[in-house]
Amino acid sequence: MKIALSIPCFIEEFYPEVADSSMELMRKIGIEFDVPRGQTCCGQPLANSGYEHKAIGAYHHYVNTFGDFEQTLMISGSCSYHIKEHYDVIEQTGKVKRLRENIRDLTEYIMSEYIGKLPKVSYPHKVSLHTGCHSLRGMRFGVSSELGMPTKSFLIPLVEHIENIEIITLDRPDECCGFGGTFSVYYDEISVRMGTDKLDDAINKGVEVLVSNDMSCLMHLDGIIKKRKLPLKVRHILQVLNGDKL
Amino acid sequence: MAIDFKQKSASFVENKDRSAWHDTALWFVRNKRDIGVMGVEYWEQLRLQASNIKTHCLSNLDKYLVEFEENALKNGAIVHWAKDGDEHNKIVGEILNKHKVTKIVKSKSMLTEECELNPYLEKNGIEVIDTDLGERIIQLRNEPPSHIVLPAIHIKKEEVSELFHEKWDTERGNNDPQYLTYQARLSLRKDFLTSDAALTGVNFAVAETGEIVVCTNEGNADMGVNITPVQIHSMGLEKLIPKRSHLGVFTRMLARSATGQAITVYTSHFKKPKPKGEMHIIIVDNGRSERLKKEGFWTSLKCIRCGACMNTCPIYRRSGGHSYGYTIPGPIGAILTPNINLEKYSDLPFASTLCGSCSDVCPVKIDIHNQLYKWRQVIGRNNVLPKTKTIAMGMAGKMLEKPGIFKFAFKMGRIALKILPDFIVYNRWNNWGKGRKMPEIKKK
Repeated sequence: MKIALSIPCFIEEFYPEVADSSMELMRKIGIEFDVPRGQTCCGQPLANSGYEHKAIGAYHHYVNTFGDFEQTLMISGSCSYHIKEHYDVIEQTGKVKRLRENIRDLTEYIMSEYIGKLPKVSYPHKVSLHTGCHSLRGMRFGVSSELGMPTKSFLIPLVEHIENIEIITLDRPDECCGFGGTFSVYYDEISVRMGTDKLDDAINKGVEVLVSNDMSCLMHLDGIIKKRKLPLKVRHILQVLNGDKL
Repeated sequence: MAIDFKQKSASFVENKDRSAWHDTALWFVRNKRDIGVMGVEYWEQLRLQASNIKTHCLSNLDKYLVEFEENALKNGAIVHWAKDGDEHNKIVGEILNKHKVTKIVKSKSMLTEECELNPYLEKNGIEVIDTDLGERIIQLRNEPPSHIVLPAIHIKKEEVSELFHEKWDTERGNNDPQYLTYQARLSLRKDFLTSDAALTGVNFAVAETGEIVVCTNEGNADMGVNITPVQIHSMGLEKLIPKRSHLGVFTRMLARSATGQAITVYTSHFKKPKPKGEMHIIIVDNGRSERLKKEGFWTSLKCIRCGACMNTCPIYRRSGGHSYGYTIPGPIGAILTPNINLEKYSDLPFASTLCGSCSDVCPVKIDIHNQLYKWRQVIGRNNVLPKTKTIAMGMAGKMLEKPGIFKFAFKMGRIALKILPDFIVYNRWNNWGKGRKMPEIKKK
C-alpha cells in the first residue's frame, strides 16, 4: 500500500523534532511511507476564520499532493479532521473522495494497527494526556465527557505498556485548552486564560509533562509555559512512544 | 454598532477572581448535569428521539400550528398571532388595556426579553414585575440577563444583599441566601396580590391537546396564573410538539440539561381559562419562519432553551453573558444572532474554538459548532469583517496554494523572528505574544 506522511506546516517549522521522531517510530514498527514534496497547509486556519472560499486553492493543492496515495497519515487529529469534514466544498473527484476516506491521524493509525509492535520504552514521568477537541469530538477517537457514559482518554491504550509512566487525570480532562487556531490570536485574552487554567490544573496535580496527539494545542500551551516559566513540558505522544528522553 | 465581543470578554476576564468564580459556578452546574445525565442509561437514545421529534415537528410546522390553534380555541383560550416583537407587545398592551390592568406579574419568559416587552409596557403606564428571583434581581439592577436559565449568574450574593438593602431596606450586610430569598418572597407576595394579570413563557405547546406547559422551580407561573383573572402565555412558534406523549422525552431532558435536576419542581399544564378568567396565547414569529427556510441553519429552532451549551462553553464561562450583547448568549446565541443582524453580531460566531462541547451537550442534538463554522463562511463571503483581516487572509490563501511562496514566507518569518528584538515581536499588534512566548524556530 502506498502511504504518504503529511507533516502539518507548524510542525515542520516549529517542531521538526516531532516529525523526526514520528518517522523514526514508523520505521521501527515497519510502516513504509513517502513524504511528498511541496506540502503546504490543509487550509484550516483560513476556513476557520471565515475564508473557506479563499482556501479552495490550498484544498486543491493538498489533494494534488496526496490524492494519489492510498493512505495519508497526518501528524495531527485536527488537520485530518478538517480534510475529512470540510473538503466537501470542492468537487468530489475520485482523488478527493479517496483522500477524505483514507486520511487518518498517525497516532490513531498506529494505535489501531500497530499497537502490538510498539518498542518497549520507559518514561519515568508524571504525565497528563491531553486530548485535542477535533480528535475527540470531531474524529470521535474517544467518548467525550458530555455523552452520558463513562469515559477515559482515548490515548490510554497507547501508554499502558510504557514502563514507569504515571498517568494523572485532570479535573477537567477534556475541556478545550483554548487554542482554536486563529481564535488564539483574535481573542488572546480568553485563549490564554483557558490555557492557563488547564496548566494550573496540571501543576496542582503534580504533572510534569503534557502529552498529546495534537501538537497545535501543545504549541499554545507551551507558549504560556515559557512566558510564565512554569515547571511543565509538552511532548507529542509519538515522541514518547519512540523512546525520546524528556 | 457591532458587538465587540473581543473587548467585552477581555474586560470580563481581566478581573481574574470574578471570572474564575463565574467559570467555577457554571462548571459546577455542568458537573451536576453530568451526574444527572449519567443516571439515565439511555441518554443518547433520548437525545436522538428528542431531536427526531423536533425535526419532524419543524418540518410540518404549518400543520401542527393549525392543529394547536384549533384545539386551544376548543379549550376556550384566545389565540393571537404576532409576526414580530412589536406586534407581540401591542397585543399584550391591548389585552391589558381592555381589562384596565395597571400592574402585571411575569414569569419564565426569555421571549418577552427578546421582544423588549417591559420597556414597552412601562412606557404605556403599566408596571411589570418579574417574579423569578434571578430575573427580579436583574430587573432591579436594570440589566439584561446574562444567561437564559440563570439570568443573574454574574452577580454575587453580596451584591444582591446590597441591592435589596437599597431597594427594600433589608438588613445591610446580611448575605445569607435564605434571608435574601425570604425578603424577595415577601416583596413578591405583595406584587402577586396587587397585580391584575399574569404573563408566562411557554416551554412546550402540545398540538394534540392545545395545552401549554411551563417548567419552573419557583412556582411563580402558577402563582400568577391562579391569582389574577387574566393570563397571557407568550410562545415562539418553535415551542410546539405534536403529542402529549412526546412531552416525557423533553421533561426528562430539560431539567437534567439545565441544572442536573431529574425534573423541575413544577411542570404546569395550562389548558383552559379559569372560571370567569381569560386565557390568551400569543404565538410569536419574530424571524423564526425566515430562519426555518435557511439550509444548514434551521435546526437551531430545535432549541429547548436549557442553557447547557452556555454552562459547558469554556469561552462563555470566562467571558460572561453580557459580552455577547444579546438576550440569548453563549454558543446558541452566537448562531441565533447572525439571523437577526449579520453585521451587528458578526463577532459572535468567531468567539469559539469550535471544540464541539456545545453540540455534544445539546439535548436536541443541534450541531452548534458546525453552524458556528458555517456562519463564519457567510460572514467572510459577505465581507462583514474588517478590511485588514480580509486582505491578510486573501494573501494567506494564495500562499498556501504555492509551496514556493509558502516556504519563502515562512523563511522570512523565521528570519524576522530571529533578528528582531523581543519588543518588536511582542508589540501590541501581536496578540499571540501578549500571554505566550512565540514558538521557537528550530529549522535551519
